[in-house]
Amino acid sequence: MTHQEKKPLLQVTDLHIEFHDHGQPETAVEDFDLTLYEGEIVGIVGESGSGKSMSALAIAGLLSRRAMMTRRGEILFDGHNLLTCDRKTLRSYQGDEIAMIFQEPMTSLNPLLRIGPQVEECLKIHHPEIGKEERRKRALTIMEQVGLRDTETLYRMYPHELSGGMRQRIMIAAAMIAEPRILIADEPTTALDVTIQAKIVRLLRKINEVAHTSILFISHDLSLVAQLCHRVIVMKQGRIVEEGRIEEIFEHPKDVYTKELIDAIPKVAL
Amino acid sequence: MVITLIVVSVCVFVAFSLIPGDPATRKLGTEATAEQVAALRAQMGLDAPLHVRYLTWITSFVKGDFGISYQTGDAVRSLLAKRIPVTFFLALIAFCMTVVIAIPVGILTAKYENSWPDRIVTVLNQIIMSVPPFFSGILLSTLFGLILRWFTPGAYVSYDTSFRAFLGYMLLPAFCVALPKAAMTIKLLRSSMIEEAGRDYTRTAYSRGNTIDGVMYGHILKNAMIPVVTFLGMALADLLAGSIVIEQLFSIPGISRTLITSISNRDYPVVMAVIMGIAATIVTVNLIVDLVYRAIDPRVSL
Repeated sequence: MTHQEKKPLLQVTDLHIEFHDHGQPETAVEDFDLTLYEGEIVGIVGESGSGKSMSALAIAGLLSRRAMMTRRGEILFDGHNLLTCDRKTLRSYQGDEIAMIFQEPMTSLNPLLRIGPQVEECLKIHHPEIGKEERRKRALTIMEQVGLRDTETLYRMYPHELSGGMRQRIMIAAAMIAEPRILIADEPTTALDVTIQAKIVRLLRKINEVAHTSILFISHDLSLVAQLCHRVIVMKQGRIVEEGRIEEIFEHPKDVYTKELIDAIPKVAL
Repeated sequence: MVITLIVVSVCVFVAFSLIPGDPATRKLGTEATAEQVAALRAQMGLDAPLHVRYLTWITSFVKGDFGISYQTGDAVRSLLAKRIPVTFFLALIAFCMTVVIAIPVGILTAKYENSWPDRIVTVLNQIIMSVPPFFSGILLSTLFGLILRWFTPGAYVSYDTSFRAFLGYMLLPAFCVALPKAAMTIKLLRSSMIEEAGRDYTRTAYSRGNTIDGVMYGHILKNAMIPVVTFLGMALADLLAGSIVIEQLFSIPGISRTLITSISNRDYPVVMAVIMGIAATIVTVNLIVDLVYRAIDPRVSL
C-alpha cells in the first residue's frame, strides 16, 4: 500500500515559529513541511531544542496566541489553516479530530479529578448529545482497549493512585475516545521504563492498525521510531535535515546528523 | 485537638497566676486592711496551691461553669453569652464578604492577567493591604456616617433589640475587617490560578478542545483553591478571635472589648474563658479546614 495514493490528511507548509520574549528574536522552527496521510505513522526525531515538540504543539493548536511569538506558514487540516482560523474552529478539532498525548504522564492528568471524567472529557465537549451512561460505557470500553484491566475500579480512582505506565494508557484512552483522525504523541514513552515503553509503542501501532488513526510520533529515540513509524523526519536546530521512509533513511542516510543518530543506537537493540 | 486545648489551659492558668497584681487587693481598693484582703482571697479561693486551683477551675470549666467575674460578680458564662454572638456575626459577615468579593475578583484578574482592570486591582490590593483596618474604619465611617449619612457611627443596636438593625450596623465594620483579607485572598488566588495555568494538565485540558472558561472553571480553579482554603481558614480563625481595634472604633460590645476591659481590671476568670474560647475556635476552624482539604484534594489523607 503506497501512501501517495491516499489523500493527505494534514499538510504543513513552510512553518516558522519565532520567539520574541528575550529581545533578540529566536527561531524555534524554520521551513517545516509535513504531509501526513491517512493511516500513516510519521516520526519526528531530533535532539532537545530541535523544534520537534514546538512543531507538534503548533499542529495541535496549543501554542499560545499571545504576542510573544510569531508563527508563519500553513497548517492545513480539513480545509482550514489551524494557524489562522478562529479559535472556535480550532477547538472543534482539538480532542475530536486531533488529539494529543504528552511526555509527562505523571503531571498531564488533573490531580483532583477522577480518572473516569478525564477519559470522557473529549466526548463531553464534542458530543454532548451522548448521554452520561453511554459516555461511561464508551470510557470503560476504550480503557479496556488500551490494555487496562479492572476498569470499573480505575474509573473511580484518582491519577496519583496509578503508575506512570497506567497513566499514559489513561492519557491514550482519553485521547482516543472521540476517535480522532490524528494522534500526536509527544515523547510519550520518554518518562517510562523500557519495558513499558515497548508496550506503549505496541499499543500505538495497534491503534493505528485497528482504528486507522494517523500518528505523529515525536521522539529523540530513533530506534523507537524505527519500530513504529512508516516515515521519519529528522530535525536539527529548528530545521528538517532529512526525511524519508524508515528503510531508506536507515540504509542510505544522506545527512551527517542522521548517520550520527543511527550510530547512536546500540547495535544489540536492532 | 484536646491536647492542644489542655496545653493552652495550663499555660493560660499559670501565666495569670504569675502576673503580679492581686485581684482581691484590686477589688477592695488600697484602703482595705490586710485581714479583709486575706478573707476575700480565701473566699475567692486564691489561697489554695496552684495545682489545686487549676484542677478546680478546669473541672468546672469543662462542666460549663466558667467561674464568676471578679469585677461584676456575674457568672462569666452569662456575661460572655451576650458578647459571643456579636463577634460571631461580625466575623461571619466579614468572612462572607471576603469570599464573595475575593473569589470572583481573583478569578477574573487571573483570567484577564495584565489587562488594565487587572493592573488597577493589583494596585488597589497593595494599597488596601498596607492600610490598617482602624484607618480604613475611620475613613469609611467618615464617608458613610458623616458625609453620606447612610450610617450612624456609634449607634450600635443589640441583636436582641432588632436583629435587622444589628446586621445593618455590622455591615460597615465587617467591611473594614474584610477589606484587607479580601485583598490578600485576591492576590493569592490570582497568583495560584496563573501558576496552575502553566501546568501540564492545563495543556492537556486545552488539547481536548476546552474553552478558556472550561479550563478555568473545570480544571484550574479547584487546584488553585488549595492554598486559598488554607488562607481563608486562617482568616476565619483570625476574624472569630475578634478585632480589638474595630470593636473599639465602632463601639461594638464583642469579645475583644470584653477582653480589653477584663485585662485592665484583672478580671482573670473572664480573660481565661475568652482565651480558652479563642483557642477552641481556632482548633475547630483548623479541623474544618482539614476536612475541606480532604474533600478537595484526594491526595490528602487525614
